[in-house]
Amino acid sequence: MRIFDPHIHMTSRTTDDYERMYAAGVRAIVEPAFWLGQPRTNVGSFLDYFDALLGWEPYRAAQYGIRHFCTLALNPKEANDPRCQGVLDELPRYLLKDSVVAVGEVGYDSVTPEEDRVFEAQLALAEEHGLPVLVHTPHRDKAAGTRRTLDVVKGMDPGKVLVDHLNELTVAMVRDAGCWAGFSIYPDTKMDPDRMVAILKEYGTERMIVNSAADWGRSDVLKTREVGEAMLAAGFTDEDVDRVLWQNPVAFYGQSGRLHLDDVESGGDYQGNTILRGTR
Amino acid sequence: MTWLARAVADVERDPESVYALFPRAAREGGPGARAELLRTLTKAAQDPAAAITRLYWQGDAGERLEILETLPQLDLGPAALPLVHDALRTNDTRLVAAALGPYGSAWLDDHAFRQGVLKCVFMSVPLASVEGLGRRFDEELRRMLADFAAERRAAGRPVPPDVLERL
Repeated sequence: MRIFDPHIHMTSRTTDDYERMYAAGVRAIVEPAFWLGQPRTNVGSFLDYFDALLGWEPYRAAQYGIRHFCTLALNPKEANDPRCQGVLDELPRYLLKDSVVAVGEVGYDSVTPEEDRVFEAQLALAEEHGLPVLVHTPHRDKAAGTRRTLDVVKGMDPGKVLVDHLNELTVAMVRDAGCWAGFSIYPDTKMDPDRMVAILKEYGTERMIVNSAADWGRSDVLKTREVGEAMLAAGFTDEDVDRVLWQNPVAFYGQSGRLHLDDVESGGDYQGNTILRGTR
Repeated sequence: MTWLARAVADVERDPESVYALFPRAAREGGPGARAELLRTLTKAAQDPAAAITRLYWQGDAGERLEILETLPQLDLGPAALPLVHDALRTNDTRLVAAALGPYGSAWLDDHAFRQGVLKCVFMSVPLASVEGLGRRFDEELRRMLADFAAERRAAGRPVPPDVLERL
């Protein structure tokens, strides 16, 4: 089973997790920029974070055979702090980088006027840079927040929008809008593997994307694999599993024109890896 | 006209345009495009060292690597040494190895050069890749490598052959 985890916050994880992910079949990941638990209070904190997502974290992932891409944005939580607004001025130069495959996570947290403004400004940046958009939907008042999200993205090509953290109550409206539907599988919150399988049975596998979203809270980097196994147990084919866990996220982020997976798929070395003696 | 030819012309006319072109150069212009833009920038910019430095600080790991590798062709004197020191502070073997290329070997002071060599040993970067190691090898570096070897033996770990052969 080959797995592309399209939404996972590896900054919060240990190298043990990278080892377990590789063993489970994870070969490529996208790490969206989000908050870090402790709210940031200045633009420089974001820039160091973005630099880590473009430098240290891909390097670390490569040591474990996993190709790392990222999405960058000012997230909806911190969009509300006026001290962080300057991030929007810095984003254009970051969106040019080779491993940036979307703008994200954008969207709503508390659905404030500040969030509206930052969300729309970043949708414009995505259009300018020809990048798809990863949209976070709020955890509180999710259905109303998702409906409002779909209103905001209405002018965009829905094929370039992935609306994430969906559940039984929000999946239908996102599919009706023609956007990609993302699901975060967690141990206690959001979705679990069996509920995910039920949704796939009802709606099919087209434009469906599953992630582990693992972060600083209680979460599990192998939830994508569990979904694949639950799909097989429920009668889905290997091809169905591959579509959900690999082909769909590759098709979505591939729209950036920057998703290069040749070296991953052939099992070759990643850039500097060949410099290592292999005795680490 | 190729992407690279257009980009080179843009930078010659307006050196400021390099900050938007350089990050895209590898994917749009192919291998060698970034080095070409750096050579163009050093000829076109009023203060080439400042321009290269800004490009480095704004760069991702891949951009920084290509800047370090191209430094020997840019004739900046010691002005780019802060970039080499930055690369030596990272834990990315590609950047550390590039920092000890011809430019770092030419300009790093003895202490920083020895620390860089020892860092390569710690990070399993082959010493054969360190430019000018024979020329810059001195008694203090030999002592540092011997102490490293003693520490490894005390821990029951092997001493890399490229360290042993220099003791």
